[in-house]
Amino acid sequence: MLHIYCPHCDEYREEEEFRPKGEAHIARPAEPESASDEDWGNYLFFRKNPRGLHHEQWFHAVGCRKFFNVTRDTVSYEILETYKVGQQPAVTAESRNGQASDKGAAK
Amino acid sequence: MQQYSGFGLLKHGLSHHENWQRMWRNPPPKREYDVIIVGGGGHGLATAYYLAKVHGITNVAVVEKGWLGGGNTARNTTIVRSNYLWDESAWLYEHAMKLWEGLSQELNYNVMFSQRGVMNLGHTLQDMRDIQRRVNANRLNGIDGEVLDARQVKDIVPHMDCSANRRFPVLGASWQPRAGVARHDAVAWGFARGADALGVDMLQQTEVTGIRTSGGKVLGVETNRGFIGAKTVGVVTAGNSGVLAKMAGFKLPVESHPLQALVSEPMKPILDTVVMSNHVHGYVSQSDKGDLVIGAGIDGYTGYGQRGSYPTIEHTLQAIVELFPIFSRVRMNRQWGGIVDTTPDACPIISATPVGGLFFNCGWGTGGFKATPGSGHVFAATLAAGKAHPLAAPFTIDRFISGKLIDEHGAAGVAH
Repeated sequence: MLHIYCPHCDEYREEEEFRPKGEAHIARPAEPESASDEDWGNYLFFRKNPRGLHHEQWFHAVGCRKFFNVTRDTVSYEILETYKVGQQPAVTAESRNGQASDKGAAK
Repeated sequence: MQQYSGFGLLKHGLSHHENWQRMWRNPPPKREYDVIIVGGGGHGLATAYYLAKVHGITNVAVVEKGWLGGGNTARNTTIVRSNYLWDESAWLYEHAMKLWEGLSQELNYNVMFSQRGVMNLGHTLQDMRDIQRRVNANRLNGIDGEVLDARQVKDIVPHMDCSANRRFPVLGASWQPRAGVARHDAVAWGFARGADALGVDMLQQTEVTGIRTSGGKVLGVETNRGFIGAKTVGVVTAGNSGVLAKMAGFKLPVESHPLQALVSEPMKPILDTVVMSNHVHGYVSQSDKGDLVIGAGIDGYTGYGQRGSYPTIEHTLQAIVELFPIFSRVRMNRQWGGIVDTTPDACPIISATPVGGLFFNCGWGTGGFKATPGSGHVFAATLAAGKAHPLAAPFTIDRFISGKLIDEHGAAGVAH
C-alpha cells in the first residue's frame, strides 16, 4: 500500500483515499481552433508512459477532494515528492541521473 | 520434430521417460535474419510459427529477454472468448476462437483448450440491456451467444448466490458456450516447439537495448549479445511496448498498468464454467488442478513493477465473495501481477509505425491471451506482406489521430 503525502492536507494518508489520474503537465492546445488532428490526438491519447520517473496527477478523493502532482518511480513505485498543481517538480529524470543523492520523500 | 502420440507415451514409458527430445534448440544468434520478432510470449511465438508455417518465412528469430512465455503469458487467467460488441474486434477475436478450436491438432501439442462456456453476469436493468445488445450483435456476426435469466444462470452455476435480496442481485447473463479456458504455458510451448521445428531460432536471455535505423528504415536490433540485423522487425512486447517505441523514436497511445490475479488452494470440482461480472468486477474459473483462478481490474496507476497494490486484491475478492459466499473461507495460495499495455479504446494496435519495416503488435491490455493464435496469425500476414492483414487493418496507430476508435470500453463484457 502506498503512503501518499497530500500537500493540501499536510499529512500522509493511505492509497485508498486517492485516485490516480494519469500523466501531469499536459498542456491543452493553446489555440483550439487552429489545432490539427495530430495535435488533438497527441493531447488526448499519446502519453510518455516512462519506465522510471513519472510525474502524475492524483486526486484526494475521500479527503480534501483536491488534485495534486506526484513524482513516482514506475518500477519501484517509490514516491519521491508530491507538489501542488501549478508547481514544477524538484526531482526529474535529468536531476536524478545527474546527482546520486536523491531528496527522498520530500514534501 | 518428434511427434507426440499415445503410442509414443507408451514407448517412452519403457525407457522411464528419459529420452524425450528437447522441445526447441537454444542456438547462438545469426548475424542477420529475414524477420526478427521481439518478445517471446504467446503472441510473439504464434507470429513466428505462422510466419514459418503459412508464409514460408523460416529465417526468423524470436528475441526474448527472459525465458519463453515468462511474462503475461504466464500471468493471465486463461479465459478465451470472442463475444465483443463491435464488428472489428468481434471478427478479430472470433478469428482467434476458430484457430483455438483446432490448435491442439495443428501444433500436435495439447493446449488443453476447454470450451466450458463463459458467463458475463448482469446485475442491473442497464446491464441486461447491454447484454441483449451485445448478444444480438454477436449473433449477427455469427458468434454464438445467449441471454440467460437468473433461473437459467442458477441451473448452470448452482453454487452462485442468485437470490433477489443481494446487494447486487444476479438478473441474468450473457452466455457463450464455445468460450472457455486454455492452458497458458502450453500455448507458448506448443507454438515455440512448432516454430523451432520449422527453423525459427529462439534467442532467450537476449534483451533488446536499441533499435538501429537508417534513413527512416529499420536495420536491426541492438542486444546484450550484439547487433542482429533484419529488414523487418515485429515488436510484440506487451507492457514494455512503450519502452521499445521510445528506442525507435516515437510515442504510442499506450499506458502500462499492473494487472493482478490470484489462485486459491486446490479444491474438488465446484465450478465447471467461467463466471465474469462487469458490475461487481471480478472473474473466476476453476483450473483442472482444482484451484480457483481469480482476476479483476488493473491498478489505476501506471507501473512496470509486475506487482500491484493490496486494495485492488481486496476489491477483487469482495466481488468474488459477493457472487460466491461459499468461497469466503477458501485460502488464496499465490498472487501476482503482470504489466498490461492499455489503450484509450481498449482495443489492440497491430500496425506499421513511422519507421519503415518496423511493426508493432501491442495494446492488448487486459485481454490478450484469448487472442493469441489470431493475433499471431494476422500479425504474421502483416509482416510477410508489409501491409496490414484485412482483420488487422482497423487497428492502426493512426486511429488515435483520425478519431476512428473502436470503443470496446465496457462494451466487451468486462470493464478494463
